[in-house]
Amino acid sequence: MSSPIVKLIAQRIALGILLLLAVSVLIFAGTQILPGDVAQSILGQSATPEALANLRESLGLNEPAYVRYFRWLGGVLTGDLGTALSSGQDIASSIWPRLKNTLFLAFWAAVVSVPLAIILGLLAVRYRNGFVDKLISGLALASTSLPEFFIGYLLVFFFAVKLQWFPGISTVFDGMPFLDRIHAIVLPATALTLVVLAHMMRMTRAAILNVMQSAYIETAELKGLRAFDIIRKHAFPNAIAPIVNVVMLNLAYLVVGVVVIEVIFVYPGMGQYLVDHVTKRDVPVVQAVGLIFAAVYVTLNIIADIAAIVANPRLRHPK
Amino acid sequence: MAAAATASRAGKTDPLLDIRNLRIEAKVFPPGEPPRTITLVHDVSLTLQRGKVLGLIGESGAGKSTIGLASMGFGRGGVRITGGEVVLNGRDILKGGVGGLRRLRGREVCYVAQSAAASFNPAHRLMDQVVEASLLHGVATRAEAEKRAVALFRKLSLPNPETIGERYPHQVSGGQLQRVMTAMALCSEPDLIVFDEPTTALDVTTQIDVLAAIKDAIRDTGVAALYITHDLAVVAQVSDEIMVLRHGRLVEWGGTRQIIKEPRQEYTNALVSVHEIAHDEQKPGATPFLSVKNVTASYGGGKVKVLKNVSVDIFPGQTLAVVGESGSGKSTLARAITGLLPPEQGSVTFAGRTLANRLADRPKEDLRQLQMIYQMADVAMNPRQTVGTIIGRPLEFYFGMRGRERDQRVAELLDKIEMGKGFVDRYPAELSGGQKQRVCIARSLAAKPKLIICDEVTSALDPLVANGILKLLLELQKEEEVAYLFITHDLATVKSIADSIAVMYRGEVVRYGPKSQVLAPPFDAYTDLLLSSVPEMEIGWLEKAITGRRMESAGN
Repeated sequence: MSSPIVKLIAQRIALGILLLLAVSVLIFAGTQILPGDVAQSILGQSATPEALANLRESLGLNEPAYVRYFRWLGGVLTGDLGTALSSGQDIASSIWPRLKNTLFLAFWAAVVSVPLAIILGLLAVRYRNGFVDKLISGLALASTSLPEFFIGYLLVFFFAVKLQWFPGISTVFDGMPFLDRIHAIVLPATALTLVVLAHMMRMTRAAILNVMQSAYIETAELKGLRAFDIIRKHAFPNAIAPIVNVVMLNLAYLVVGVVVIEVIFVYPGMGQYLVDHVTKRDVPVVQAVGLIFAAVYVTLNIIADIAAIVANPRLRHPK
Repeated sequence: MAAAATASRAGKTDPLLDIRNLRIEAKVFPPGEPPRTITLVHDVSLTLQRGKVLGLIGESGAGKSTIGLASMGFGRGGVRITGGEVVLNGRDILKGGVGGLRRLRGREVCYVAQSAAASFNPAHRLMDQVVEASLLHGVATRAEAEKRAVALFRKLSLPNPETIGERYPHQVSGGQLQRVMTAMALCSEPDLIVFDEPTTALDVTTQIDVLAAIKDAIRDTGVAALYITHDLAVVAQVSDEIMVLRHGRLVEWGGTRQIIKEPRQEYTNALVSVHEIAHDEQKPGATPFLSVKNVTASYGGGKVKVLKNVSVDIFPGQTLAVVGESGSGKSTLARAITGLLPPEQGSVTFAGRTLANRLADRPKEDLRQLQMIYQMADVAMNPRQTVGTIIGRPLEFYFGMRGRERDQRVAELLDKIEMGKGFVDRYPAELSGGQKQRVCIARSLAAKPKLIICDEVTSALDPLVANGILKLLLELQKEEEVAYLFITHDLATVKSIADSIAVMYRGEVVRYGPKSQVLAPPFDAYTDLLLSSVPEMEIGWLEKAITGRRMESAGN
């Protein structure tokens, strides 16, 4: 029964891997054409030509680009992301706790924003073109239209400075109790939620409204179902594919787009780490972070594709 | 529910449904004009006794479906019931509010739609949808409802009644789905079912089975029905009474026999009388200008064979009709001839030379000679172009006509299709269905082709309008010496316009020759089935046809 579905899913995954390889080439090539010389930036302006040449030799910078690429890729595949030029630390071991922090923040932002967006979308359809719909759409659009740093500072101003409910700086550390951790990330998570909510809500509303034109919605109405049950039971299952797609896009944003929010709340995540090392021109770190962000993005999109395939009864139950 | 029970006990003489002076209005938004309110149904009254069937017939726009849905207090889109009463089981349902309507829908009145394929939710199993209303209204427990559904599947002669409910809508055929929908309507044991053109979208050979199944189910369950259709021959088989509607007004209402045998109104008479078009069959000429020779074609790179060794000839100025049910390969034949689906084997010769298989390889001149007209005129035209632009396009493309010369030719063509100059600046949305099809005809004529392929061009039109289109096509054939390849599933159309006929079944031509030979016995099995399935306007035809089939399948 499931053979076409297995084939389709395998195709998606293979395509994702291919895509990641292509992205790795792009990232590598991109960092190569950046102006400046790594050896120079490590040793500073006063370095002697001999010292520069030696360092280039020891870093392997004199070898052709494709050799360096495959060496780098081989390292990545075995879990070795290289060493940070600026600090000499192992990148993998310094990224891991930060990645955990970023994922922790993204996870809780998603837990709040995804169900909220979908329920608000369903409500907007239920009361479409009425007051509730306009109110929901208006508020959601307003929150998206505000730049995220502005939302961040607004939250800090009201909830950290005035009301003093939550900390304005989201410090987390190893061994911190779970509830304290949650308390620390309430403001950044709220800011992220406000940023991604409207997009998901509007797309949910549009996808379901599209399905509401179908003849089977009339069938459901003529069976005497309540308006909200029709939306939930008959419209929503047929709108899953586009909704999952936009949800995954926003989840990816929660991971890779948090740079600004992390900087505002001084949250020790990937964004902060990336920004720190971009300013130091630390190419291996930028490459590693870029690759991880790309992997998150591609993986979430594969999940969206697979969800869309599985949600289609024609593919799940072929003739 | 309680009301239904008491009412049925209280008095057998009270009508089940009593619609009084029903008035239905809708807000329309004509392009370029301010929105206005139009009246769809003008003070129509009707009564329906328990267990009886009332047929509502008329052309599109007559208000049949609107009245049918009003019996459930429902209006599509911006349609509103603005006057009158709809008394069902002794109470005016229009006064019951939204909650009252919800309790009535799916419980006292159920609906069977024209397209079951679109009316089932693709995401849920059939059984879940069939029992949904029964569970919702608390008529039965899930186990009881499913048991009843299986019994109904059996009564409606569905294959594998025990397990068909496990399937999803896309896993069963159109005819089966229509029967499942009837089972869905019957499952909550309603007092009234509204059948809205339930067999119109089906092939004739399937229609007869579904019709018989519906008729048996109505008789055995004692449910009353409003049966909406534009096909008098169909409604004559199932209804006790017939109501003829036109432009939202009542034309005539009477017993089935009286309406079809002794119509009192002129309009009813026009509907009832058979529209024979006088057309003398032309004998095939000496040499065909287009020959399809042993063409085999398939989809999916040879996986699904859709045409098997098909050969037909078309003679100048004559009509070849291709008939068969859906999936028989009629339209695929047209796609093979036009090069949209390149044949795998065989060839198409035109004026003595072989045409390139692929559309992209054909010179412009070959493209000009073969034109097409489609079933859905409204989607075959760009909605943002005016009639003048639409008809003028082939003039520019094939002949390089510009300016005044082109405008003059467009005016001539509009004249030919019996539409005046005033239509040049209109948009397709401002035309009626018949007018749209006429514009498509003019567009194809503009190329001065040798052959026009007509793919079910009258299927979406009302009988009287379709008749006008057919007459026009025949006249144009005489004037322009154009040949037609006429694809249709409607045998009445074939009888009136064809010179020769090809009957297709599962990708093969099973019978082919001049009309008089093809339509004369002895028939092969399939052609016989096809011909005997066409409903006749005679009471009792259905039973006779079904009995005839049973005898055949018993081996006689």
